[in-house]
Amino acid sequence: MLTSGIILLAGSLLSPNPGLIFWTAITFVIVLLILKKVAWGPILNALEEREKGIQASIDRAHKAKDESEAILRKNKELFAKADAESDRIIREGKDYAEKLRADLTEKAQVEAKKIITAAKEEIEQEKRRALDVLRNEVADLAVKGAEKIIKTTLDAEMQKKIVDSMIQDLSTKRN
Amino acid sequence: MKRVNVIQPKALLKVIAILVPLLLSVNGLVFAASGQSSDVSKNSAAAVAGTAVSAPAAEAAHGAEATEGEEKAGDVIMHHILDKNVLSFEPFGEISLPKIPPIAGIDISITKHVVMLWVVSALLLIVFSVVGGKYKNLTPRNAPKGLANAMEALVEFIRLDVAKSNIGHGYEKHLPYLLTVFFFILFCNLLGLIPYGATATGNVNVTLTLSVFTFFVTQIAAFKAHGVKGYLKHLTAGTHWSLWIIMVPIEIIGQFTKPFALTVRLFANMTAGHIIILSLIFISFILKSYIVAVAVSVPFAIFIYLLELFVAFLQAFVFTMLSALFIGLATAHEGSDEHVAEGAHH
Repeated sequence: MLTSGIILLAGSLLSPNPGLIFWTAITFVIVLLILKKVAWGPILNALEEREKGIQASIDRAHKAKDESEAILRKNKELFAKADAESDRIIREGKDYAEKLRADLTEKAQVEAKKIITAAKEEIEQEKRRALDVLRNEVADLAVKGAEKIIKTTLDAEMQKKIVDSMIQDLSTKRN
Repeated sequence: MKRVNVIQPKALLKVIAILVPLLLSVNGLVFAASGQSSDVSKNSAAAVAGTAVSAPAAEAAHGAEATEGEEKAGDVIMHHILDKNVLSFEPFGEISLPKIPPIAGIDISITKHVVMLWVVSALLLIVFSVVGGKYKNLTPRNAPKGLANAMEALVEFIRLDVAKSNIGHGYEKHLPYLLTVFFFILFCNLLGLIPYGATATGNVNVTLTLSVFTFFVTQIAAFKAHGVKGYLKHLTAGTHWSLWIIMVPIEIIGQFTKPFALTVRLFANMTAGHIIILSLIFISFILKSYIVAVAVSVPFAIFIYLLELFVAFLQAFVFTMLSALFIGLATAHEGSDEHVAEGAHH
């Protein structure tokens, strides 16, 4: 059995068969050409397309991430800027209000002082005028009294001198 | 669940205890009868072997013939492996293939392996025209399903892991060839494993033709990549001129050993697997024992059969892989130099 197998192996397993070679070549080439047109083209195209699509999606995702991060950063910057701005505005407003208050107070004080001085002056003038009027009145009364006394007793001239000197004395003493 | 696990070995033991004496007695009866009429034994043996395992049923049927004489077993095995002019569907009869008169001294009559090649081609064309049609309607937004998805896994594997990683730049040009060769060999290998099938890739003429294609593809790719001058320079392997007298013949021989290795590897692997399966089946016929059939031949044949399924994929992959590798070796040499030069310019 073994010997026959070996002889057959040597005899026909490796024996060339040009017809089979011919048919194999023809069949393979035809299959190759048809499959290339029918199958490999569309399949490989689809695979490449998908590969590109996936790559593009990944790229897009990365880009979107970068963009959103940039926007976030920008937003943060804007927020910080706005914060600073509002702080500044509030501070300025406070300063302005403070200044305004100080100005107004000062002005009011000045005004008040002016009014007080004016009032004091007027009071002084009124007082002085009242004193003058009183003095004249007193002098007239005195003169009228003396006149009556002198008319009755001495001459008027003599008496008046005495009264005047007396009044002078009074005024100097008072002052 | 646990009770089932406990019971199972016991049940198996019972089955074996019943089966072994039964087989022994049947053994004696049948082979006693076989002395008188070989016809009866042939049919009953075929029937029993056929029920035991369906896949190598055809082989078993053939094997029945071997009970007539031990020296016939080798003949029957070779009868299965070798090419012939008839398609035999053993219990039902056989179809004689037409003889075509020789053209230019070449006998191009159609044989069993030619028919298998055509069956493979038809299967390939049907499967891939369906898949290709699906891909034509496929936008990148939706995923392939079913057959298209299964084939895509293989195509993508050949594209990336075989072609792209071995050939590198410009691998797209060679993809149709590599894909066709892979699926052609794969389908040939697998068709040899079904009953009534024959392994066309177990014929040295077929593998020789395929590797000659690889040889031509490799040489053309080398010429295209390097030009005639670069190709000749490649033959000297970059050594000193005084060594050329040794290097050039070695390189030229090397060009031919590559396809030769491809041829023998595929042919020997496919043939060997079938011889092992048939031999294991024949052990039971030679020893005339059903115990051997149940205990040795069928389990081991099933094991080898499963191994053959793996080998069918493996050898298709190896052939494609090595083809891609040879193309890559033939084209990449100068290409890598160019890359270095470009790098230096930049």
